[in-house]
Amino acid sequence: MTFKIASSPHLHIRRSTHDIMQLVILACIPGILVQAFFFGWGNLVHIAIAIVTALMAEALILHLRSRPIKPVLMDFSALLTAVLIGTSVPTFAPWWITVIGTGFAILVVKQLYGGLGFNLFNPAMAGYVLLLISFPVEMTAWLPPQSIVHHQVNIGDAFAAIFTGYTLDGYSVAQLRTTIDGMTMATPLDTLKTGFTLGLTSDEITTNPVFGSWYALGWEWVNLAYLAGGLFLLKMNVIRWQIPIATLGSLFLMGLLGYMILPDSSAGPLFHMLTGATMLGAFFIATDPVSASTTNLGRLIYGAFIGLMVFVIRTWGGYPDAFAFAVLLANMCVPLIDYYTRPRTYGYSQGSSS
Amino acid sequence: METLLERIQQGHFWDFPGGIHPPTRKELTSQHPIAEVPLPPVLYVPIKQHIGTIGQILVSKGEHVKKGQALTNGLNHLDVAVHAPTSGVVQEIKEHISAHPSALPELCICIQPDGLDEWREREPWADYLNYSKEQLLRRLQLNGVAGLGGAGFPTHIKSATNAEIEFLIINAVECEPYITADDLLMQEYPEAIIQGIEILQHMTGAKHVLIGIEDDKPLAVTAIKAAVGVERGFHVCELPTQYPSGGEKQLVQILTGREVPKGGIPADIGIVMQNVGTAYAVSRAIVADQPLIHRVVTMTGESIHQPKNVWALLGTPVSHLLDHVDFRPGLNQRLIMGGPMMGFTLPSPDVPITKISNCILAPSNQELPPESPEMPCIRCGECAIVCPATLLPQQLQWYAKAKDYEKLESYNLADCIECGACSYVCPSDIPLVQYYRVAKAEIKTQQQEKQKAEQAKLRFEARKARLERDKQERLEKQRKASEARQSTSEDSNKIEAAISRVKESATDKVAAAIARAKAKRQPTEDESPDNSEVIAAREARKQQARDYKESKQTGTEPESSPTDKKAAVAAAIARAKAKKAKLAEQSEATEQSKDNSSENASEQDDRKAKIAAAIARAKAKKAQQEDAESLGEENVEPKSNATDDKKAKVAAAIERAKTKKAAKEAEANAQGEAETQASDLSPEEERKAKIAAAVARAKAKKAQKDNDQGKN
Amino acid sequence: MTIIYALIALGVLALVFGAVLGFAAVRFKVEADPLVEQIDAILPQTQCGQCGYPGCRPYAEAIANGDEINKCPPGGESTIKELANLMGVEPKPLDDAHGQEDVKKVAYIREDECIGCTKCIHACPVDAIVGATRQMHTIIIDECTGCDLCVDPCPVDCIDMVPLKPKAESWKWDLESIPVKVVE
Repeated sequence: MTFKIASSPHLHIRRSTHDIMQLVILACIPGILVQAFFFGWGNLVHIAIAIVTALMAEALILHLRSRPIKPVLMDFSALLTAVLIGTSVPTFAPWWITVIGTGFAILVVKQLYGGLGFNLFNPAMAGYVLLLISFPVEMTAWLPPQSIVHHQVNIGDAFAAIFTGYTLDGYSVAQLRTTIDGMTMATPLDTLKTGFTLGLTSDEITTNPVFGSWYALGWEWVNLAYLAGGLFLLKMNVIRWQIPIATLGSLFLMGLLGYMILPDSSAGPLFHMLTGATMLGAFFIATDPVSASTTNLGRLIYGAFIGLMVFVIRTWGGYPDAFAFAVLLANMCVPLIDYYTRPRTYGYSQGSSS
Repeated sequence: METLLERIQQGHFWDFPGGIHPPTRKELTSQHPIAEVPLPPVLYVPIKQHIGTIGQILVSKGEHVKKGQALTNGLNHLDVAVHAPTSGVVQEIKEHISAHPSALPELCICIQPDGLDEWREREPWADYLNYSKEQLLRRLQLNGVAGLGGAGFPTHIKSATNAEIEFLIINAVECEPYITADDLLMQEYPEAIIQGIEILQHMTGAKHVLIGIEDDKPLAVTAIKAAVGVERGFHVCELPTQYPSGGEKQLVQILTGREVPKGGIPADIGIVMQNVGTAYAVSRAIVADQPLIHRVVTMTGESIHQPKNVWALLGTPVSHLLDHVDFRPGLNQRLIMGGPMMGFTLPSPDVPITKISNCILAPSNQELPPESPEMPCIRCGECAIVCPATLLPQQLQWYAKAKDYEKLESYNLADCIECGACSYVCPSDIPLVQYYRVAKAEIKTQQQEKQKAEQAKLRFEARKARLERDKQERLEKQRKASEARQSTSEDSNKIEAAISRVKESATDKVAAAIARAKAKRQPTEDESPDNSEVIAAREARKQQARDYKESKQTGTEPESSPTDKKAAVAAAIARAKAKKAKLAEQSEATEQSKDNSSENASEQDDRKAKIAAAIARAKAKKAQQEDAESLGEENVEPKSNATDDKKAKVAAAIERAKTKKAAKEAEANAQGEAETQASDLSPEEERKAKIAAAVARAKAKKAQKDNDQGKN
Repeated sequence: MTIIYALIALGVLALVFGAVLGFAAVRFKVEADPLVEQIDAILPQTQCGQCGYPGCRPYAEAIANGDEINKCPPGGESTIKELANLMGVEPKPLDDAHGQEDVKKVAYIREDECIGCTKCIHACPVDAIVGATRQMHTIIIDECTGCDLCVDPCPVDCIDMVPLKPKAESWKWDLESIPVKVVE
């Protein structure tokens, strides 16, 4: 027999990339279910489409790049990207929206940059932004919560609407968006933005039924569910506190400032916390390790920058929600942030980092 | 604000950034007493078991040594002696696989124990505190005490510090999983350890002593606390278990909140740290005059079915220890010297135990799964979180893979302590530490090479300046010589004139040599295809050589005047030129003479010319090989010129040079003759024989060339 | 008229910018090492002359004047790469006419065979050989650049070029290179 040569350390923690990604996907589940409960089954269908697309695209490009396919597919990173895109697209958006978005995310944003670990941008968000810019109509066709819409949709309707554009009863997606009162509905953020452009005050706008009795009917529960998932990830040490806390903190602070200065033309800080993609973005998207900053201080800056950009775009930008843009903008700053936030190495005096 | 000491007394310690909590698995061995193992059949004592220089070997093959007898001495400051671990016979002094990650062979003294275990004479110093620091340090060096913690730094150097030492820190942390050698030592020999600490405190003059022990060793803490007592005032500090709190820099930070400055040593901030095992060794070396010949080694891992700590003599092969702990290797068994975090695998169980080997770990593949394939870095940053030196391992691995050494340095790769925490947490199983080690070694080599190149450049330039100076001096003398020549007779024969001048005065010898050299060069410079001229030139050269010898014999006493040396140098230069000329001439005789002659014609005295000459020589040699046949006949004659001038080695050299030329003379019997001459050396004839040998070699060289040519 | 104004305006602008650029070129001039120095710093300084020049500096000068960059066997591929980088040209394979890249070697004199002729001392470009006439010579290994120039002049062929022995201190953590012993 011979003795095996190996390099120290010989002891390793038993948590692989696969486990990390799996935990993140698991933590998404409460949010996804709550979303399905309030907005219909469409997002589950989209997640399924996205997963199939992502795995096929990844396998194809790995084959073209002559890389081993199975270990890469088994790291679940493509799966996570698919889940994030599936949850981000509007509930009854056509099927090809998800296919294009996911395909672009995997093929271009991830693999053409060299695969996992080499992508500059968060693939899910880059895919989402591509869709948002290319297909603005389809991508903003969010449904109001099921409790206030005219037509209730079941899972069969969801399939039919996504693949044909019409439910089993023959309603179009546009018709689905009308409420009992016969008004076409949008997301609270969208409604708010439209209201402001019409010169209404926030108090007047929030009488709209999409805001419900609290901040945003349905969305607040979705966000709370994602918050729960995020806290689970923090507990499991899968993500670190810096990015979510900095993101939410800066968004909250900006919301508070805005509300204090111009209470009529801005929603309160808690509205920002609990609408749109806030919690999903803060805990699941901004924390994507590959495209985020890696130093502790850098993560605080990165998170705070995202929060700031979300507020700025939500308030003054052309799009109702802003997480995808904010994350991509922050991604671009990561090399710079990382460079200037190098921690002080042991034994070096403060100020002389090298 | 509480003072530093108050904080320490209350057990309020600092923390270091990062750190990990791997399963310690110390329970495998911590409950069993330290066992003795029988003497091994042979001991391989490496003569270098520490950082520093090697002392001279004091024993020879076949010698009988007693237990504790020094095998190497410690004359230099950086030497640390090694000793015979038991009495026996020095079987061999040879290279043997080393206890180093590279497993490169190192010089070992192989001792076959005689089983008597007979001590050398010892002189115990029970009243150790009455001896001076110098005496104690010297004894530590002679008794071979080096740090037992891991690096093997000579204890007498660390303790010799003249800095004002505030804290003497005894490192009994033993944070590395599995290892319990220090734990057991503290449980069983607390008094000796305390004695050693007292000696160390006495030598360093430390004001306070801090003993750092992790809180997973309650028995050791109790034993040490009991041995310290109250009046000594040593602080036993129980620290939370965390890896790598036993790193020197980390322990300093935990206990005092201070950081060892970059590139500095703890003494710079008033701290000296010693391993607890070293304290024990110090006490044995000083009090009992017992050199460092054995140490506690933890034998553990699931492939070892009777895990325990053993007293191992230094030099015991690991295989011998494994024989006594029921070692049952599995498939792809790894044998790790050191712990699972920083230990290295052994390629063979023949590796001997050294002063720094604290553990032999033979894990099963279930407990320490073999490394899985490397996946891409997902920049999760876990490595940066656990890094105790606050480096950015993910950036470092990126640059290490790209071999961007400048970036690596700017990211402070050199401050990596290779603790392995980053690799431990890496979800992508990247062997980060391995990348850093390779990069560090490469950076070190490059720096050394750069330094060497710089030095070579300086030396080359210094030499060039010297040659230039010499040339100026030579030209000056030449000018004087030519003036002198004009003032003397009308004799146009330069050679005769030169000889006469040599006879006149010793100082003029140099000039004469130059003149001769010029004379030699003359024919080659005026070379033309005409054969008669070549012959004439050769004739002149022979004549000149004879004259030279004559002048040598009749000249002033060699080795007496300072100018003689100069003359010798000049003569050597002249010879070199002669050789050059000769070669040019030889090639002239061949058909390939054209480029040679043109090259020679353009030659000057500087370095450039020498290089060209080297090329010319090479070509000439080739030509010579091809045309040895035709040259042979002419070369018979010079051989007979070999005179009986045996004192003058210069003459001998000329003879040899001529002999070298004599291609055909290199017959087999001549060589045989030379060999027999060389074999029956008598003290008086040694020189003679040496010359003969040189001649024979030169002949052999020629003969070989001829043979080669023959084959062609 | 407008054309003339335009021309005047452009001309003035050109003058102003030219003046600014000219000023900047003088004022903010970067003092770089002369090219020859930079090349010389890259070369391995063995002074072996294998490139055909009498030492590294002359070769550096030759490269600066347009000679090929692939004539340095001791430096090998890495030196060629660095030179190519500095000179802004494509790296080329080493020119075989000047020798092959080899493991690092140093000269070693078999001392009992040395006759003390001083020929090697004169050949050594870095004065790494110690000895005197009729005395044994020896090589200072730490100073030897492995240039090979002393081997040829030796009349009794007592100089060998021997590869440096690998040492544990300079080991490069090549785990693959460890010979694994097979036991029973």
